[in-house]
Formats: sequence, structure tokens, C-alpha cells
Amino acid sequence: MTLLDVRNLSVSIPTPEGDVHAVRSVDLSIERGEIHGVIGESGCGKTMTGMAMLGLVPQGARIAADRFHFDGEDLSENASRLRGRRIGLISQDPAAALNPVLSIARQMDDVLSAHRDMPRQTRHAEAAALLAATGLPDPEKVLKSYPHQLSGGMQQRVVIAQALATGADFLIADEPTTALDVSVGAQVLALLRRLVSERGLTVLMITHDMDVIAEACDRATVLYAGRSVETGPVDDVLRRPGHPYTRALLAALPDAGPHGARLAAIEGSIPPPRIAIAGCAFAPRCPQAMLVCAAEPPPMRARATHRWLCHLPEDAA
Amino acid sequence: MELLRYILRRTVLSAFVVVGVTFLVFVVAQVVPSDPAALYAGPRPTAEQIEKARQELNLDAPLPARFATFAAAMATGDFGVSYKSRRLIAEDLRSYLPATLELAVFSTGLALLIGIPLGVLAAARQGKWPDRLGSFSSIAAVAMPTFFLAMILQLVFAQWLGILPLSGRLSREISISAPLPMVTGFNMIDALLAGRIDAFGNALTHLILPALTLASYPAGVAMRLTRSAMIEILERRHVAAARALGLSEPRILFGHALPNAMGPALTVIGLSFAYALTGAVLVEIIFAWPGLGRYVSEAILAKDFPVIAAVTMVVTICYVVMNLMIDIAQALVDPRVALS
Repeated sequence: MTLLDVRNLSVSIPTPEGDVHAVRSVDLSIERGEIHGVIGESGCGKTMTGMAMLGLVPQGARIAADRFHFDGEDLSENASRLRGRRIGLISQDPAAALNPVLSIARQMDDVLSAHRDMPRQTRHAEAAALLAATGLPDPEKVLKSYPHQLSGGMQQRVVIAQALATGADFLIADEPTTALDVSVGAQVLALLRRLVSERGLTVLMITHDMDVIAEACDRATVLYAGRSVETGPVDDVLRRPGHPYTRALLAALPDAGPHGARLAAIEGSIPPPRIAIAGCAFAPRCPQAMLVCAAEPPPMRARATHRWLCHLPEDAA
Repeated sequence: MELLRYILRRTVLSAFVVVGVTFLVFVVAQVVPSDPAALYAGPRPTAEQIEKARQELNLDAPLPARFATFAAAMATGDFGVSYKSRRLIAEDLRSYLPATLELAVFSTGLALLIGIPLGVLAAARQGKWPDRLGSFSSIAAVAMPTFFLAMILQLVFAQWLGILPLSGRLSREISISAPLPMVTGFNMIDALLAGRIDAFGNALTHLILPALTLASYPAGVAMRLTRSAMIEILERRHVAAARALGLSEPRILFGHALPNAMGPALTVIGLSFAYALTGAVLVEIIFAWPGLGRYVSEAILAKDFPVIAAVTMVVTICYVVMNLMIDIAQALVDPRVALS
């Protein structure tokens, strides 16, 4: 069953020098109970897409979409009501996401008292139980602590426990492992997977790291210059990528080439977010670009539920 | 543990400040171009009288010995005798100091109660009318001369509306007909100790106008500081995170952002308190408030040095203690302070 259904989402921010097209056209279809990865390089609009779902876009920003539905409700009207009730956020840098001058107990209790109607004693027990559910060994001690007394991995677990405390069933995880050591990051991903299966959560995983997609996600959507260019089951996207950009991303992974070889990089850079783009946004950097690519928007190619936008014929992929 | 070490360190530093000020007060007394013996000897003294005063005050002893005597006297609270009135200074302070402290504490509290919420509101509605109005009022509050504000308040509340007394610390019906037993010197506390609700109310109403007058400047400063600190903090990631967690806007403003902005606001307490302790001369005179400001200003005009020294010491100690309490409060509000 589709929990999140987004068609042609755009977010533009007016500035004195003209509109910034942070998100140009994003399609997302997320099934209940899956971890859906959204991948792309910095500035491709992945975080802004998540913020639009939370109704936390910068002041003055315009959101438009053909369809922007969460569990049957229109997010363009209800985002701020659903935020913190059904949609939660796990942000990139847990140290910045926690309030430095309040104890973890206060911060957990604030969330619980905002969403659950229970007496203080019960809230304390519930806070400890949620912290334990995120794999923190000594919840009572963590509750007494302040954020600076915890390690990055523990902080991220507290942030996850807070998101669970809201009762949200859809979590937007914005690069949840970027600020962490690799091994701690892997533990956090494993924790998210466990919570998804145990609690029936759905997660939108925003990342720039193909390894995170491979390790934790069921399906993935690739963003380029504010557009979703490819989407499908992770195995298909990683093993038989349709879009030349996805192929270039995979080729740029350190372990993709022979040992000792120069790392592959994608030539050029993403188009600036202020300009209008007529054809395929990747055309200037695409090794297989044709004349038509810069002129006309690419058509949809599909292999079962694996879809991408490209002028190249399907069998070229 | 960290907190205890921090408090200890702060206390030791504060003690050094007090010792340093004791030294300075003594040095200043030596370089002031007036002869204490001549002042002590009374109006138009003869040479013999001055010589006698010199011996009585022990002015011929060597400097280090005199500093030792001075420091020992200060430490035991023996401030000596006023050159002018011949009264024991410690006795005078027992009634003047509580009067001033009462005013200082009350006006500082008022300044924070007015300034901080207005600053939060202005930051939350940045650029909108509450912010404009708040910013305008804070500038007016800071710029308004004390004596002018005092007169306006007296005119409106005492003269026109007649709901608050014009001046003084207590009404005559109480201070003369049924005086309060002096226990602490703080009228409101003494009234409560004596179970005299009428006297408590009377003392409180006398306090309001001078405290408001004194609170105006620090309230304006508190508002500005709180506003700018809040604006910076509302930009931080954890505020967005709190919104994403569905916390209510008042909860985010006062429960999450304000504790982060308390540092600057607490600093205002020190400023406001120091201002109220000695800057209150005009206010004390206008409202006939029998406090330290009035006491010391008369002493300065009369070159009554022991009084000046005693008041300087007492004010220094009050200020140092206040700052120590603020430092400790900041460490309690923000546990990272004790670490640095």
C-alpha cells in the first residue's frame, strides 16, 4: 500500500536575484514498511524534498505538486499538523539536533507530553523504554545526561528515540550516518532496519552514500538537479542502473575500479539552481549525450517497477 | 563534581577581588588631598586639636601597619566612626543597606520580568509590530533620564490616580504610630515576621514606584540582549528539530530556546544590580528613600572618608556575591559552562 505519493513536486525560493529551484520535479512513491533511499549529490534537492514533507521549508518558499499525498491526506495543507504526529525527522547531525542545555530526560519528556496523554511517572518509564529500544544500554543514566556527555552514536539513538516518542510511523532520516564513524553508522542503520520490521515504520532515507542505499534500503530514488531521474528496487538500481547519472555515481565508488587505479569522477558540476533547464539536466556531463538530450525532456523508460528518465533506448541501459 | 570545582574556583577568585578592592580603598585614602585629622577634629580646629585627632586616628603609624589595621577592621565589620556625625558607621549601614538592597533586588527582578518576555516576543515576531513596538520601548526605557521618569510616575500614580504613595519607605501611620520591630532591616520581611499584613502591603506599595524607575534602564537592556540572543538561537538546528518533533511554539520559545539565551539575560542581572546599588542616588533622593546612595553622596560632599570606604567595601561585597551567584546560576542553566 502506498503511504507517500508524490508527483511532480517542486520547491522554489524567491530571492532578489531570481527564483532558486531547490526542487524542480520529484516523483516519489513509498510503500508502507519499506526503507526508501533518496540519493544524489549535494544541492540536488534531497533535503529540501524532506523538509517540504515536514512543512519546514524556508519562509516564502513555494511548494507545488500534481500530487502530494501522505496516507490519503494532502501534505501541502496538512504538513505542519502531521509533522511530529505521524511524520518524524532524524536529522543529519545529532549533536546539533539536541538542545545543549537541557537534559535528555527533559527533551524526551517534552516530546512525550506533547503527544501522549500520560502521567509524569509513566512518561519517565516510557522514555527509558524508548531509549532501551534504540539499543542504549543504560537508559536511566542516559536520561540524566546532557547531550555533550554522550557519544555521537548515542546522540543519534536519542534522536531516533525522540522520533519514536512522537508516535510517528513515517520517519525522514536525513543523512543519519554522515556525522558518525563508519562502524557506528552501520549500527544505526541496523537499528533503523530493526525498528522498521518491529514497529512497522516506513523510512525515507536521504543520503549521498551508495553504501547506505545498498546496506539499508529496499527501494531507491536517484535525484539530479532537483529531479527524480531513476527509481526502483535497490537491486535493480545498483546492478542494472538505467540512467547514465546513476551509472556514473556507481562508477565513482572507490571499490568500483581496479585496485590502485585513479578514482573515477563525474566531469563537470550540477547546473546552478537558478537557471531553467529545457532538456535532460545531466546532458552536459553525460558521456552518451545526444543532440536531443539538451533540447527535450527525456521520456520515461521502464523495466517492471524500475523506471528512469532518459533519451537512450531501454536496451542501451 | 565539575560543578563543585567550578563553584570553588569562582569563590576563590571572588575573594581575591574583595582583597584587591580593600587595598585600593586604602591607597585612595592616602592620596586624596585632604587631611583626615583636620576633618575629624571638627570645624575650624586648632593645631592642637588636629594633633590630638592625628594621634587618635593613629595616622603617624607606618603605612603597612595602618593597612593591616584597616584590613582587619574591614574584615570584622568595624567600619569606624563617621568624621562628620561621629556615629558608628556599622550602625548606619544596618538601616541603609537593607533599604538599598530591597530596592536593588526588587528593581532587578522587575527588569528581568519585563525585559526577558518582551525580548522573547520580539524575537519570535521579528520585524512585525510586536518587535517594532518592543524595540521602540526598549530604546525609550534606556534613554529616559531617571529623574524625568520618576516625576512622570509620581505624577500619574501618586498625584492623579492616587493609588501609590509619593515617596518614603513606609507611611507615617506605620513608621511612627506602630513601628515594625527591626530584625532584618528589610521592611517586607520584618512585617511578615511580625505577622503584620498591613505593614507588608504598605512597604510593598512604597517600593513599586522607585523600583519601576530603577528598572527602566536594565529592562531595556535585558530586552535588547534577550532579543538578539533569541534570534540567533531560533536559527539553530535543534529548534528546527523541536518543531519537527511537533512541540508547541510557546514550548519551543520558552522551554527550549530561552534556556539557551539565558546567559546574556543573566549578565543583565549583574549590571542592573550594580546600577541599582550606587547609581540609585537620584532615585533615592527623589523618592526620599533612606538608602546607601543618599548616605554616600552626603559623605562624598563632606569628604567623610570612613563612610566612603565602608560603603565602597559593602557595595563591592554585595556586587561580588551577586556575580558569584550569577556565575553559579549560569553553570546550573548550561552544564557546559562548568567545563570551560
